[in-house]
Amino acid sequence: MEFSVSNKAKRLTVILIGVGLLFTAIGVFTSMNDHHFATRLLTNGLINSFFFFAIGLGALFFLALQYATESGWYASVKRVIEAVAGFLPYGMALLALSLLTITFMDGAHIYTWMDPEMTNPSSHHYDEIIAGKAAYLNKGFFWIRTIVYLAVYFLFLRGFRNRSLEEDRVGGTEIHFKNYRKGATFLVFFAVFSSTSAWDWLMSIDVHWFSTLFGWYTFAGMWVSTMVVLVLLTTYLKSLGYLPKVNDSHIHDLGKWTFATSFLWSYLWFSQFMLIWYANIGEEVTYYMMRIENFKILYFSMFFINFAFPMLILMSRDAKRNVRILTFVGLVILVGHWLDVYIMVSAGSLGANAKIGFLEIGMALLIAGLFIRIILNNLTKAPLTPVNHPFLDESIHHEI
Amino acid sequence: MHKEAAIREPLILGHKTYHDITEDVCKPIEDKAPRMWYILFGIALIIGLYGVGSILYLLGTGIGVWGLNKTVGWAWDITNFVWWVGIGHAGTLISAVLLLFRQKWRMAINRSAEAMTIFAVFMAGLFPLIHMGRLWVGYWTLPLPNQFGSLWVNFNSPLLWDVFAISTYLSVSLVFWYIGLIPDFATIRDRAKKPVAKKMYSILSFGWSGRAKHWNRFELVSLVLAGLATPLVFSVHSIVSFDFATSVIPGWHTTIFPPYFVAGAVFSGFAMVQTLMLVMRKAMGLEAYIHTRHVEYMNIVIMVTGSIVGTAYITELFISWYSGVEYEAYAFINRATGPYWWAYWAMMTCNVISPQLMWFRPLRRSLLFTFIISIVVNIGMWFERYVIIVTSLHRDYLPSAWSMHYPSHIDLGVYVGTIGLFFVFFLLFARYFPVLALNEVKTILKSSGESYKNAPDTHGHNEESHSH
Repeated sequence: MEFSVSNKAKRLTVILIGVGLLFTAIGVFTSMNDHHFATRLLTNGLINSFFFFAIGLGALFFLALQYATESGWYASVKRVIEAVAGFLPYGMALLALSLLTITFMDGAHIYTWMDPEMTNPSSHHYDEIIAGKAAYLNKGFFWIRTIVYLAVYFLFLRGFRNRSLEEDRVGGTEIHFKNYRKGATFLVFFAVFSSTSAWDWLMSIDVHWFSTLFGWYTFAGMWVSTMVVLVLLTTYLKSLGYLPKVNDSHIHDLGKWTFATSFLWSYLWFSQFMLIWYANIGEEVTYYMMRIENFKILYFSMFFINFAFPMLILMSRDAKRNVRILTFVGLVILVGHWLDVYIMVSAGSLGANAKIGFLEIGMALLIAGLFIRIILNNLTKAPLTPVNHPFLDESIHHEI
Repeated sequence: MHKEAAIREPLILGHKTYHDITEDVCKPIEDKAPRMWYILFGIALIIGLYGVGSILYLLGTGIGVWGLNKTVGWAWDITNFVWWVGIGHAGTLISAVLLLFRQKWRMAINRSAEAMTIFAVFMAGLFPLIHMGRLWVGYWTLPLPNQFGSLWVNFNSPLLWDVFAISTYLSVSLVFWYIGLIPDFATIRDRAKKPVAKKMYSILSFGWSGRAKHWNRFELVSLVLAGLATPLVFSVHSIVSFDFATSVIPGWHTTIFPPYFVAGAVFSGFAMVQTLMLVMRKAMGLEAYIHTRHVEYMNIVIMVTGSIVGTAYITELFISWYSGVEYEAYAFINRATGPYWWAYWAMMTCNVISPQLMWFRPLRRSLLFTFIISIVVNIGMWFERYVIIVTSLHRDYLPSAWSMHYPSHIDLGVYVGTIGLFFVFFLLFARYFPVLALNEVKTILKSSGESYKNAPDTHGHNEESHSH
């Protein structure tokens, strides 16, 4: 069935983008003369471009995971996953724009290691620890890595999408087995890049700090957010009468993934926090002390929401099949995970000066609006149910 | 009924009927044991008894008979403990996590993997107890109200969390395993001819009658237990990793430990399952149920978890440099180039390189190759723990306190002894218990059996009206 974006949805995205722009403008005009304005603006750029880019990337990862594991059930929601992954190029553009601006401003107090003063032994800003990391953290190598990540993601995205559409036309199993191999190959790249890119883009904001788990933690947060978006989009399409092959078992499975990845995220949050808190080593605890001092309520409620909401509410089978409960929990934890990224970035870049005002809300709404509009547009570009997927029959008969 | 795509390989080879499955699983239990079983059992028993002897000597003399010293206060004991706990991870992963992921191939291996898990956890539990040197006060690890004065467990210690985590894990695994066994025991009971066997199996089968009501409860409880067991798969080895990671020792204190230990545990657990299954399928004639495809799936799990472990090694190594902490960096340089370099490189070769060979389809489908790699992986995972534990300790902050660890023959005797005991248990299991979840396997016969799967439907129904 062909999908077309309803007028209501168009109106909603226009309103989101409009309100977002308005709020951003108010935010800019009211804080333009603040001492930290540039850092704050770029911090917001980085938070939102990363958050929505990561959802697109999460969808690409999830698609590759289905290919590599030869899952069957997902076939009837495959186009939904592809549509979300299709945001990736736009997310990349936004992220690259943020990173580029930051780079030209010598880090803009976000990536302090980009400031040449920090690694210049004759400067009174010289920082021995940052200088020690310069072999890895320097503008040139940072950009080489960033470009490699983005290029690899883009090529795989294009390959998956082209083969998916080609399969609709030609059928057979050859494409399936190719996807199987390419899916596994993507996972290899992703296993490395998901960690290193998290160090580059996020961990290096708190440049003195380090945690081996950081990459996996970031990845888990991104995965939950993606699952939430997939649940919301699938149930939205169902409510409009699209996706006739998707039954409540598919919704249940997406709900299970949301539940499971929330647990994964909480587990990794706890592992990182507990070990650092317990050992109480100065170099490490500073990360959490910054967050607890400046974001105490926000930080712990973020963890509470992202852990307890899915755990308590989505535990039962009935809840995972109930669209209203899923939507409610999904929206709450989506905001929760945005807050996680917000704190990850702004605690390092702005610290005590961070606040949530017109600028923060405006930018988030603006990019959320674009995100929704682009994904809905992506859905119009291919039939909503793939026709020749070898596991389609399994997926149609899916019952749990 | 669930539909299975034509391009999926069948899980049961050849033309099997429901009766064939019963016969194939029950025959080895009902017949006399083959001579080979007695030989293997004898060898395992002798080795196990040697271990018991070593333990008795240890208890009688004191733990000074181990190769420990003031700097390396923890070595083989804890290495063996973690190794065995790790091996004990596959069973629950297969029965719980793969159940939640609807992986039907698990049905061929879950029973023996769970049995293996339980025996491995027994072996693991032994080490902390004997390390106390006073086995008879082992119950002091439990927070029991007592009148011994100020004796109370330290709730801040991850070692105590271990006690809780592992005893919970053992209990849930045991219950899970046993519940699965009930219908199969009932099948054996109904076939048993000798009165003693009949009596024994009827006690074991709890009066199972096979009514729909029983099956309904059986499936419900399996799902609930799977839900309970899944967090346990994570918690046990995470808490084992806390034994090290909560400390401030360079090389031990790193945040990636919990998930990486879990991955490592699954990695070694699957390797042990491979070692056992490859022998068992042959010895017990179960080639139709546990075949190349099952081995391939397990090899993929080994490859994935091995890669996770490898990524974690490299992450640790990189961050030890990135952190700028000299002690961290030295801990890793010392591992790779210090006096224990051979242990480090043995670990790297066995755990990082060898599973990568599984990318080649002919290799991961080769039973002989799999068997070799499964042993290599188990050796590698033993070395991993040895490397983490001993190399992080042996060069203390003060060079005057530096020392080496050399195992004594008692260290060796206890360790080898546990392997013997493990096989004693496993051989007894293989002799008296249904090694395949026969009633569960029957549920996939029509959808995944080779001779049914893609056969044209002769009953004139379409696929929607199939039912078990």
